[in-house]
Amino acid sequence: MTLEDKFKELKAQNEKAFIGFITAGHPSAEATSEIALAMIKGGVDILELGLPFSDPIADGVTIQRASESSLSAGMNTDLYFEVAAGIKGVEKVCLTYYNLVLQRGLEQFVHDCESAGITGLIIPDLPVEESKPLLKACAGHETDLVFIIAPTTTEKRMTKILELASGFVYVVSLLGVTGERARLSDAVRPLIGKIKDLELSRDRPQIPLAVGFGISKPEHVRAVCAVADGAIVGSAFIKMIEERAGPELGDRKALLTEIEAFTMSLKQETKNTR
Amino acid sequence: MLSKPDEHGKFGIFGGKFAPEVLMTTVEELEAAYNTFSNDKGFRTELDSLLSTYAGRPTALYFAKNLSEMSGSKIYLKREDLVHGGAHKLNNTLGQCLLAKHMGKRRIIAETGAGQHGVATAMAAAVLGLECEIYMGTEDIERQKLNVFRMKLLGAKVNPVDSGSKTLKDAINESIRDWVTNVENTYYLIGSVVGMHPYPLMVREFQRVIGKETKVQIVDAEGRLPDTIIACVGGGSNAMGIFYEFLDDAAVELIGVEAAGKGIETGEHGASICEGTDGVLHGMYSKLLQDADGQIKQTYSFAPGLDYPGVGPELAYLAESGRVKMGSTTDEETLNAFKILSTKEGIIPALESAHAIHYAIEEAKRKSGTQRDHLIVVNLSGRGDKDIYTVAQVLGDRREEGYV
Ligand SMILES: Cc1ncc(COP(=O)(O)O)c(C=O)c1O
Repeated sequence: MTLEDKFKELKAQNEKAFIGFITAGHPSAEATSEIALAMIKGGVDILELGLPFSDPIADGVTIQRASESSLSAGMNTDLYFEVAAGIKGVEKVCLTYYNLVLQRGLEQFVHDCESAGITGLIIPDLPVEESKPLLKACAGHETDLVFIIAPTTTEKRMTKILELASGFVYVVSLLGVTGERARLSDAVRPLIGKIKDLELSRDRPQIPLAVGFGISKPEHVRAVCAVADGAIVGSAFIKMIEERAGPELGDRKALLTEIEAFTMSLKQETKNTR
Repeated sequence: MLSKPDEHGKFGIFGGKFAPEVLMTTVEELEAAYNTFSNDKGFRTELDSLLSTYAGRPTALYFAKNLSEMSGSKIYLKREDLVHGGAHKLNNTLGQCLLAKHMGKRRIIAETGAGQHGVATAMAAAVLGLECEIYMGTEDIERQKLNVFRMKLLGAKVNPVDSGSKTLKDAINESIRDWVTNVENTYYLIGSVVGMHPYPLMVREFQRVIGKETKVQIVDAEGRLPDTIIACVGGGSNAMGIFYEFLDDAAVELIGVEAAGKGIETGEHGASICEGTDGVLHGMYSKLLQDADGQIKQTYSFAPGLDYPGVGPELAYLAESGRVKMGSTTDEETLNAFKILSTKEGIIPALESAHAIHYAIEEAKRKSGTQRDHLIVVNLSGRGDKDIYTVAQVLGDRREEGYV
């Protein structure tokens, strides 16, 4: 299923998308498969699986630490696609930095995404200006390049982004890096409003908008889903994994139960939002 | 040949703007502001006055007689070590701080490796009345204590960076994160010809004064252009600064010297052009030290200013086109050159610059005995006060040589 179809399907059920992010290989490749399964059981709609990079400039300390630990535990691009392919029963998107895509070769990377059932690519250090080669590689494949809009994005840039966007648009809710915040940014509502106004002035179907960065609590998800088409939660999962993933199998079981329950509590807030 | 980025900030395939969306509007504003002010007479006058009365420009071009005698070619040193603060870095920080001030940004952030860029930023911020915070890897803080203390005395806040390799690359990562968070009031002052467009262009333009002065000075002294110009390469700012003015003088050989660390074959080095492959890091497409997947490798040099896995895109372009030749020098060879310059010329060079000195001595020996004197100019990018602990530590392990 394409990402846009997924959003359509949810809309028909009067639901918004709950998108959960984890770093592949944190704390290990096997654990990632189990954690993903727990999230799927909890009802996650789209799984955003991070392919860790050594220098993640758009990420806060939580995801940085997860990336470092994953890489030192042996995660690499080949293994990433293996792990991703093994996760079934959920829409999957890949979040990574451009250099990893470049080194594998753009065509190859997109091909590997498609083979692993990954239908979207999010690349925080690839602005529209530099996106042409990858867009070309994505053409004709079932993998969308997901663009980002930030509170600082001007109307002129937004127009250019919306022109090229497919799948959904990742709306960054605040100025800053990924990480948990106590409260939801005030910038969300006006930013979504601005994008929607722009969308209305174009004669094509509206692209789904999902909001991320600093969303960690059920009440944040509900507030976001009142205005947008989906909510993205990342660092809160990573933190839970970091704190609870002990070496014992017993620890892991407790973690998986907790992940499933947390996912369920977040997904709940995406239903019947109006 | 004078290379110039195209409208996308590209030098051939190198360069560009690979930045998070949050920063793109600011990067566009910066580009516009730079284009306006760099052509503004008032701005130029203000900067030129700071460069001459505050930074101490023009710097001398010194004929190193003893070094020349022992190596068999004529070696001149462009004395950027005499710039206020002790390195070429102030040329750039004065320019960018002035730009920040004109843009109405009151808060300056910067990364530093050797601490020289941090010190130069703190100085420029102090004199122009701006707030200043410096990011520095904990590994570099440990080996450059003197500069950390200087930055603090100059009123800057020093933020330790404990992630990744705890060196320059990680300090840049952390600066970008701060910038992303505080983009509305903060100016990110990059210390070399690296990062997203327009930084590589802008920093080269602010450092270009080195080559402009050199050209006049060498013609005054020798009646001709040099045969060879040599500069060390970390990010490439002192190299681009001295090279740029000579790009169209095809007979002038330009050589950049990277850090070979413990030896290229050990893998512990910082030779991004000599050993690197194309990729994207810190907003630019350039030569990087990376593995097959594209993960950035740990680099090593005892000169923290050269301990960086990337290099400026314009230099990568010039190296690939063959206009600039690249070489590398190990810690061991550098230490030897450090001692030679100290004892033969009475100049204690920065460890970064001592890489270029070593290469120059070798080149001078290779070219000695040619019909006319081979004429070499070395960019002595900084002085070595900051490095005395590192050198004492290395020499301390060799008591038999009588240094301790
Ligand atoms: C004295 C000196 N030379 C050279 C460098 C390397 O930088 P670049 O290659 O940008 O000149 C540094 C960096 O800290 C430095 O302090």
